[in-house]
Amino acid sequence: MRLDWEIAKRGWRRYAAYPWATAAGVFTNTIFGLLQAYILIAVYRHRTNVGGFDAADAVTYVWLAQSMIMTVYVFGWWELALRIRDGSIATDLLRPLDPQRYWLAYDLGRAPYHFLFRGLPPFALGALIFRLHFPSPLDALAFLLSLVLAVLVSFGFRFIYNSAAFWLIDVRGVITLATTIVVFFSGMAIPLRFFPHVLREVCYALPFGSIIQTPVDVWLGKREGFALVGVLALQAAWALALLGLGRLVLRGATRKLVVQGG
Amino acid sequence: MVEPILVWRRLVGAQIRSQLQYRASFTLDVLGSFWISFVDFLVVLTIFHNVSRLNTWTVHEVALLYALSSITFAVTDLLIGHLDQFPQKIRDGSFDVVLVRPRGTLFQIVASDFATRRAAKALQGGIVLVYALGGVTIHWNVWRVLVLLASLPSAVVIFASVWVMGACIAFWTTDGGEFTNAFTYGGTSMAQYPFDVYARWLRRFLGYFVPLAFVCYFPVLYVLGKRDPLGLPRVLDFASPAVALAAACVAGSVWRFAVRHYRSAGG
Repeated sequence: MRLDWEIAKRGWRRYAAYPWATAAGVFTNTIFGLLQAYILIAVYRHRTNVGGFDAADAVTYVWLAQSMIMTVYVFGWWELALRIRDGSIATDLLRPLDPQRYWLAYDLGRAPYHFLFRGLPPFALGALIFRLHFPSPLDALAFLLSLVLAVLVSFGFRFIYNSAAFWLIDVRGVITLATTIVVFFSGMAIPLRFFPHVLREVCYALPFGSIIQTPVDVWLGKREGFALVGVLALQAAWALALLGLGRLVLRGATRKLVVQGG
Repeated sequence: MVEPILVWRRLVGAQIRSQLQYRASFTLDVLGSFWISFVDFLVVLTIFHNVSRLNTWTVHEVALLYALSSITFAVTDLLIGHLDQFPQKIRDGSFDVVLVRPRGTLFQIVASDFATRRAAKALQGGIVLVYALGGVTIHWNVWRVLVLLASLPSAVVIFASVWVMGACIAFWTTDGGEFTNAFTYGGTSMAQYPFDVYARWLRRFLGYFVPLAFVCYFPVLYVLGKRDPLGLPRVLDFASPAVALAAACVAGSVWRFAVRHYRSAGG
């Protein structure tokens, strides 16, 4: 446990070391948030309700989603794939801590940094410009729990697609494809509530909905009582399933791993 | 004037040949680029699944904006997208090498790479263009054809100027690359939608000051014969080439100023 804590601190520091990169990222998230917010507001000139979201819900969604991009790491995560490609994974496997646990601890140190420094500032800027929906204290707590689960689901999936590097020499195509799937089917590009009914329910049931749309729904108070417990349980189930699958993949990969060169 | 083009062709030709050596990776890359750009268009379609118009714009009209913005951005990306890796050259000091060679600095950076896979984005934009043209009624005449044709190189020049100016940030801080993304990738996203959806202050800043409204909004208004919902003077519909020229001049000056400011990392 102490070792995990030390690794988590490294994860935090790795990102805290580049404050200008953080500032630039906040600026970019804010610009994209502005564009998306005004586009969705234009939709609500013709409608008052889309899939259970009113205009204030949609604008709040925009800033929550922009704020969660880095915390749940929607865009390509390469770190494991790069270590597999250059052979460093051989050293990692010799360590008394398996790579999945190492990267999980690292990711759980990274995520709070991104939440505080890449998440809060764009949300605060969005709140200055637009009237956003703020949660009840209970929903806020449930949101934090949902967000932690979202990080775990996202990590579970990222670990698996990075593991493709054990079998493929060039994983760029796989990572791009995996990223695209997450961006669209998690509700990052547009709320799942804008989708046709069947597609929406499929996305909610798949792990992707658990990464962005579910925490947003929880913040907005769209899930209360049993429904809230249900979506949190689904997130937890996907987190466990993906982490378990990641273990199996890792075990299968290390059985056949051949590292070239020295 | 001809000589730099010949040099560029040789350098870029070598790049393309080397990339085509690894066929499987290349194919996966192209498919990846194709899909990732397709997601943006799925968003447009999802919006129009819920509404039949965005302000006064139909799905095919927005698709036309989307296609022109995507195609011209893809061409820009193909030509100079590797400016995204430019901060690395400053950080590790390899920009020094560029300074001692007998060619322009910007020319060398531009000719140093050519990611052929990015052509897939232009292909995706082309498919959307066919979809758009199938659904809009345009009363073609010589002027409309001319405005549309002139808008393509103008858009590439505007995007490229923004990109070069953004890359100049690296001369001051090497981890500010994402600032540039806001104007390049953010720029093409913004130009994919009609400008009348955005708030006035955002239009002024990103539409006219950073002249993204001239990428395709004004030319498309003219080609479709649409009245500008914002009531701006019609002369702006024809202004894209002039704006592109001005943007290129500004970008060139900023680049020269930044290079003079450069102090080597000592790599």
